[in-house]
Amino acid sequence: MSWLENIRIALRGLNANKLRSSLTVLGILIGVGAVIILVAVGTGSSQAVQNRIKALGTNTITVLGTGRFGRGPATTGTQSRAATLTAADVSLLQDKNEAPDVLTVSPVISTSVTATNGSATSTMTVTGTTPTYTGASDFQVQAGRNLTSADITQHARVAVVGQTLISDLFSPGSNPIGSVISLGSAQVQIIGVLATKGTTGANDPNAVAIIPYTTAEDRLTGYSASFSELIVQSQSAGDINAAESEVASVLAGANHTTVSALPFRFLNEGSLLSTSQSTNQTFTVLLGAVAAISLLVGGIGIMNIMLVTVTERTREIGIRKAIGAPKSAILGQFLTEAVILSLIGGVVGVIVGVVGSHFKIIGVQPVLSWQSIVEAFGVAVAVGVFFGFYPANRAASMRPIDALRYE
Amino acid sequence: MSRREDRAGSAGPASAAVASPSANPVLRGLRPVISLRRITKVYRMGDIEVTALTGVSLDVVGGELLAVMGASGSGKSTMMNILGCLDTPSSGRYLLDGVDVRRLDESVLARVRNRKIGFVFQSFNLIPRTSAVANVEMPLAYAGVSPKERRARAMFALEEVGLADRAHHLPSELSGGQQQRAAVARAIATNPSLVLADEPTGNLDSRSTHEIMDIFARLNDAGRTVVLITHEPEVAELTRRIVRLRDGSVLSDESTAGEHLHASNMGEDTRMGAV
Repeated sequence: MSWLENIRIALRGLNANKLRSSLTVLGILIGVGAVIILVAVGTGSSQAVQNRIKALGTNTITVLGTGRFGRGPATTGTQSRAATLTAADVSLLQDKNEAPDVLTVSPVISTSVTATNGSATSTMTVTGTTPTYTGASDFQVQAGRNLTSADITQHARVAVVGQTLISDLFSPGSNPIGSVISLGSAQVQIIGVLATKGTTGANDPNAVAIIPYTTAEDRLTGYSASFSELIVQSQSAGDINAAESEVASVLAGANHTTVSALPFRFLNEGSLLSTSQSTNQTFTVLLGAVAAISLLVGGIGIMNIMLVTVTERTREIGIRKAIGAPKSAILGQFLTEAVILSLIGGVVGVIVGVVGSHFKIIGVQPVLSWQSIVEAFGVAVAVGVFFGFYPANRAASMRPIDALRYE
Repeated sequence: MSRREDRAGSAGPASAAVASPSANPVLRGLRPVISLRRITKVYRMGDIEVTALTGVSLDVVGGELLAVMGASGSGKSTMMNILGCLDTPSSGRYLLDGVDVRRLDESVLARVRNRKIGFVFQSFNLIPRTSAVANVEMPLAYAGVSPKERRARAMFALEEVGLADRAHHLPSELSGGQQQRAAVARAIATNPSLVLADEPTGNLDSRSTHEIMDIFARLNDAGRTVVLITHEPEVAELTRRIVRLRDGSVLSDESTAGEHLHASNMGEDTRMGAV
């Protein structure tokens, strides 16, 4: 008895009970489809969160100074002074011998001001920094130019501004580059416009004007010799933890203290990403597990229907055995039937899952993963074999005389 | 296979529960195809034990045409099931072609049922929704015959029973007699030396009975051993040896000298009560 004939016999058996067979297939179909769609939703939401985090720049470490979070000064022995982030720290961190994994260091002084252009006003953040800041913060200069080192040293009154400021202060269509606006008490000329950046939370990242930190000290914050934060870029995303420890030890050295006593806060975007990744993975696994339960229920449906089929066809089994069917042939026949049910359910379930994953579900654009498709399909077939085996074995183990006598 | 020889002995009315010596071909030096030795069969139904066979001994040599008779409950069907390797005796030995079937495992028994034995049932037992020729092919499929050869042999078997023209009909589209002919074709498809029939004519009218018995006669003429159960004396009279069972043991074992079954003996006026 070849497997091809087994399939033919099985199809004939399934065809004889179309409604029953299709309901059983539906059980597997729903299970497979649910696994694929829910895993895709999980993957999709995870990717959405990660994209937002990546928008912050995955290879950046933000070092927050003391003043901003009200941390107390570092105490080192008898000597006590507030540890601050200074221009000296910046040049130390830029030293490739001290911190080889650091790519760029951008000091940040920020303050909130009201920007005005004629009668139009806009409340926004002014960031006093260096040219590397735009790259480190994942900003892109859409028009005009970025800050230059010359702008920093010359205390140039220039600004690279975000889209919110443009839309608030300028009429649509006009070219803002070259215009002079007021940022609080400072008059600056717009030299560049930033591309729109995705929001990461409540703050609008596009309501920003980037100016040289020297200008900011001159015109807005006053000279304090310290920065509110440093944006440190590592050479690559993989170096981020090494860069963080280098920065910490350099700063500890500069402040005559230990790394653990350092009064700065480090926000490592890389660890943020991996934390969110693992959280989302748990979420996806959870969704997949819930869907897998429905696949299991579908499998129990197969077992149920196969038990009914075997009981119904007890006489046929008896006849087949009487004319010399070996145990393996009967086993193969009913196992094939169960596997065909799960196979059809698996194939249609994959189609439903793939199609269903193209629609937005509860605000999440699902992202199909090949792995989940292959796994769901594989598990469906395995479920067919597993739950089909018991009924098939029951059929194969019947004594011919009992099977023949069955009414 | 010389069936002429075993016509020689003529048994008187046997009274013992043992085969009468003159009807026993083994005693005349022939090697038995079937050899039952003190076979008993006890069914257990809950707490009640039902004894179907109390110690049957029987020898059948190759080429015999034998009828087993007995009232309902005499154990004839149980004996047939044991002969067909569908059931196992509670005690005693059953030698089929000299091999003790109790020593054969399930897969070997399946092969024995497939190659050596053709079984015909009272209720035809064709597989529904499956054409006559596909039913006949089935034992060949289990024997591992290639699909092409299978079809040829199945058609040949159907021709032998005169059903070639209805080969592609479903069992539900065939009359009782035609279904039984298809079942006989299935039984002989693998060319077994032994054909067992459990009341093959029990559900048939006299005309179909005539046809089926005619086929059995021809099979026997071709050298096959045929054992059939019947409770119709008219059918039994057409065989050449009648074994009667009562209460699970052999009541008599006699040769029926004159009226052995032959197609020419089956006149249209022969009345065989269609049950």
